[in-house]
Parts: sequence; structure tokens; C-alpha cells
Amino acid sequence: MAKVKGEIVINSERCKGCELCVPVCQQKTIAMSDKLNSKGYHYAMSINDECNGCINCALICPDGVISVYRVKLNDAAIA
Amino acid sequence: MEEELTRESICQHENLVYSRTSLMTPKALSYCPGCGHGTAHRLIMEVIEEMNLQSQTIGVAPVGCSVLAYDFLDIDMQQAAHGRAPAVATGIKRLLPDKFVFTYQGDGDLAAIGTGETIHACNRGENICIFFVNNGIYGMTGGQMAPTTLPNMKTATSPYGRDVVTMGYPLKITEMVAMLPGTCFVTRQSVHTPANVRKTKKAIQKAVQCQLDKKGLSFVEIVSNCNSGWKMTPLESNKWMEENMFPVFPLGDIKVPKS
Repeated sequence: MAKVKGEIVINSERCKGCELCVPVCQQKTIAMSDKLNSKGYHYAMSINDECNGCINCALICPDGVISVYRVKLNDAAIA
Repeated sequence: MEEELTRESICQHENLVYSRTSLMTPKALSYCPGCGHGTAHRLIMEVIEEMNLQSQTIGVAPVGCSVLAYDFLDIDMQQAAHGRAPAVATGIKRLLPDKFVFTYQGDGDLAAIGTGETIHACNRGENICIFFVNNGIYGMTGGQMAPTTLPNMKTATSPYGRDVVTMGYPLKITEMVAMLPGTCFVTRQSVHTPANVRKTKKAIQKAVQCQLDKKGLSFVEIVSNCNSGWKMTPLESNKWMEENMFPVFPLGDIKVPKS
């Protein structure tokens, strides 16, 4: 059971499809989409809810298109 | 079972742990997909934001891929002629000693046409920071051989590979400036993995602190990829960089300030 739960928000219009974020995600949350954005790149997207908010993807992203959110599950249960 | 966490309930401002710093302008970066310049820009801006230096920072942009850095960094910037950024930064820092002054240069700018300016600024011990992005090639002009190009590396102007007999060896300018008494902090980092990104940010923080403490010139080399110039995908180029660049340009601190 994960103690924290994360979520990523990817600015898909700004993503250049370099795929650097895919191998650094240990939860295999990120994959490249089949669709193209308006610049013609296959953008990164979140494909499952395993994200633990480790921010690896956001650190490696050269264009800074990924925002990471994280909550502690215990806190959420109390709330 | 407790209340289900939805995507909307997690993506609230109070849960935000990382996002692009507001010191980067909203403009899309002009760099190729996967280029390390974007990460290097962001790290410098994050450090400036965390140290609350935005209003007193003056950056000097180079000529090269990062020639448009002033478009992306939301601070006061000055554009220098090719290779002359350390000379321009010297002038700015001497006239405005209370400002935080840095140059951001590539290897074609700093280690080729600007070698003289770089070495003499380091030798004078100007109280500035130099951020040097080394990708071993002239990226903007189409992948020509740079002084930092590796032996046997194929480029547009060395199509059979760099022959060290006629073209010389890769210039290790970071090691050169570390020998000069004017430099205070000299390090070589990279931005190809999250761990290295964190280390690079720490190095940039240290470099900024050295300048605020008036200790002398700090020189941070960031070994980066140039996937377009190297004709590889971003992931392949990072792997190639680990296997080929790091033996010649080993990562780590070369000179640390005496505490």
C-alpha cells in the first residue's frame, strides 16, 4: 500500500515528445500518446493512477511542462 | 474504505510539490526536444527564485543555441558578442558590485571564440558566475566540430571523425580554469537523470553563494546532450553521453572553496 498518492498534470500543448520522462518514472505512469499536439509531437500523458509524486519526471523535463501534486493518504483519510 | 481520492481532489494548489518556476517566461523554449538547455535554464531560475535574487540579478546571454536565453529567463539580461560574455559580465559586476551577475554560455562560445575572455576573467578572479553548457558540438549552426568534440566523433566538419593528429584533443577548459588562483568553485555536473539534476542544482546554489560571499569566480560546467547534432534520439543521446562524454569529462567538483 502506498502511503502517498501523487498526480501529474502535463501541459500537452507544450510537450515536445522527447520521452525523457518515460524511463525515469518508476511507477510506469507516463506513456506517449498516439495523438499529436498542435506542434505535431506525440505528447506524454499519465496512463494509470500509480503515481507517488516523486517528481522525477518534472525534474528531467527540459521544458518544464509537468506539474506534480502529492497527498499523504493518512491525512486524506482523516479529512 | 475511506473517501475515494479523485484526480481533482489531489490536483489542488496546496498539494503542489513541483511546477515550472514563475521566473521562466511563459514562452515555449526554442530548444530541440530533450535538450539539456531547458533543464539548465530552469535550475538557475529555481535557485534565483529560492534565494530571492530576481530583482538584483543580471544575466549575460551568449551566442549559440542559448542566444535567446533573455526571452526565457524573467530577469534583467544582456546579450554579449560571441564569446565575450565574461568580459561583459566583468564590466557589469565592476560597475554594479551589489548585483548578482552570471553568464550562460555554450562550448562553442566559451571554449572556442571566447577562450581568451574566459581564461582572463577566471585569472582576474572576477566575482561572477559562469554557467557553461558543454555538448561537444556547435549545435545552432548545424553540428560542426567544437574544441570539446571527442576524438573520433563524427560531426559536419569532421565527417570521418575527429582526428587528434590534425584537429587536436578535446579542450578541458574546466580543468584549466580550476588551476587558476582566481576561481573559487569549479565543478562539472550533468542534467541527464533526476539525481544529476538535483546535484546540479546544489552546485548552482553553491556557485551563487560564493558570489554573494565575494569569494571569486564560480565556474559550473553542465555536460549536456545535443541529440540533433549527434543525430540520435534524446534517450540514445543521454546513453551515449554517459558512455562517451563522461570518461573524457568526468563529473564532480574539481575545486571547492575553502570554508
